[in-house]
Amino acid sequence: MRISKAWLVAAKDIKVFFRKRYTIYSLLIFPIIIGIGLPLVLSRVAGKAGAIPTGRLPDLMNAFAFFFAIGASAIPTLLASYSVVGEKVEKSLEPLLAAPITDSELLLGKGLGAFIPTLASLYVGSIFFMVLSDIFTRSTLGYNYFPNWTIGIILLVLLPLLSALSVEWSIIVSSRATDPRAAQLQGVLVAIPLIFIYVTIEVGAIKLSTSTIWIISGAALVADIILFFLSTRIFQREEILTKWK
Amino acid sequence: MINVENLTRKFDDTIAVDNLSFDVQEGEVFGFLGPNGAGKTTTVRMLCCLISSTSGEAKIGDYRITKLADSLKIRKIIGFVPDNVGLYEDLTALENLEFYGKIYESPENRRKENIERFLKMLGLWERKDQRAGTFSKGMKQKLALARALIHDPKLLFMDEPTANLDPESAKTVRDFILEIKKQGTTIFVNTHNLDEAQRVCDRIGIIKTKLLTIGTPEQLRESISRPKTEIRLAEVTEKLVAALNKSVPNRLEVSDGKLIFDVNDPDKENPLIITAIAANGGQIREVKQLTATLEDVYLQITKESK
Repeated sequence: MRISKAWLVAAKDIKVFFRKRYTIYSLLIFPIIIGIGLPLVLSRVAGKAGAIPTGRLPDLMNAFAFFFAIGASAIPTLLASYSVVGEKVEKSLEPLLAAPITDSELLLGKGLGAFIPTLASLYVGSIFFMVLSDIFTRSTLGYNYFPNWTIGIILLVLLPLLSALSVEWSIIVSSRATDPRAAQLQGVLVAIPLIFIYVTIEVGAIKLSTSTIWIISGAALVADIILFFLSTRIFQREEILTKWK
Repeated sequence: MINVENLTRKFDDTIAVDNLSFDVQEGEVFGFLGPNGAGKTTTVRMLCCLISSTSGEAKIGDYRITKLADSLKIRKIIGFVPDNVGLYEDLTALENLEFYGKIYESPENRRKENIERFLKMLGLWERKDQRAGTFSKGMKQKLALARALIHDPKLLFMDEPTANLDPESAKTVRDFILEIKKQGTTIFVNTHNLDEAQRVCDRIGIIKTKLLTIGTPEQLRESISRPKTEIRLAEVTEKLVAALNKSVPNRLEVSDGKLIFDVNDPDKENPLIITAIAANGGQIREVKQLTATLEDVYLQITKESK
């Protein structure tokens, strides 16, 4: 496999994404809401009478940080499902498949094209989140809560794994779907387990510690490996050309 | 350049392409003519290694389409213009060509040279920095042609290159095809445009799932009927027709006040016919040589195949 070919596809996809208003919104809205919106929520509850007790504030901030994991599983589906089904719908996939590029190079390129902008937007959002959260909670907690190991592992380990998982899942879905919206709808299903985990954290059934995040990361890694093999087997260029209408 | 032997493709129980065998020589413009659903696109897709064949074999140069290891090599030496141009509409003309030039590993200098040359030849150079999505159909088709040629392919496949184009754009595309033919590129054109086939193709294959016939446009025209000579006179009388039937061995038909003779060799027989008419008092106003058109050939052959 030639990484240079995959990179060409990824760079082209990223360029296309940044010229589509819809994909720009998809990339920006979530990090803005999480990176700026959630710290604003913290500013309303931190140290206020009748609000969350100061001792519970770190748990809430960790739970909010977990939103980035949900974003990492949701955002790539919007991009990856477009990059395969969208190309088919716009009829640009056929000349690309006729070019000297292997399925693996094409899939890796498509994956990187969705993976890189997602991580970049989430990382930018996380900087806003950490800085603003610290500003709004420092006087209540007496110290800067972020950065810490919890958000460090979330951002540096869990986010890439979940983004990759989401991309692979989207490619599998896109290989079967014939409409980008249908592919996106099915693609975001990958975020459901993460939402479930978030709810269990919120109700206190799970404590979001570094070991919990390592366990979730381990599960994501296993799923990544399985879906990688599945996606390369399911992506059949012949089927895409002859069965997609 | 292309050697096809018993190539067949089935989709479930439907035979899309049935036992095709033909050759295309290097530097030739070969036209595949057939109605919609005749198997033209399926054939091109098999030859471009986009889909597999059910049985049979084809060689592109020295590479076999059925050999997995050869498919990347084949895709490297061919250019392909699909029936839907398939451009990246959000990228500029230049970005579309740059992307494909890099995918085909065209050296940077050559890539830049080709981009400028083709865009200038096709009248798109001034609009190179505009998004392909803003282009007209004709401009998109021209850009797709430039994209297919960016890496100097030895063989160019085109699927309905002038379909839905206005006459002016269609002419530009046809002229461009003839121009690249001069540079020695072998060209395989799928079309159902008879006029286009006649103008640009050295040889034509008529396909309707099976290959019905193959030959040069002249060979195909001659294959279905002998030439005819049509002569319009000032007046056609029964006496003149009777006299000509006796003096001229050619079969004569009178239609709409005109005499139509079957001829084998117009150069030899026409002077004899004209002399006979003049000798019998006929006043000739116009002499016209009638030959079967490619349309006649196409309609007759596809009708016979039903």
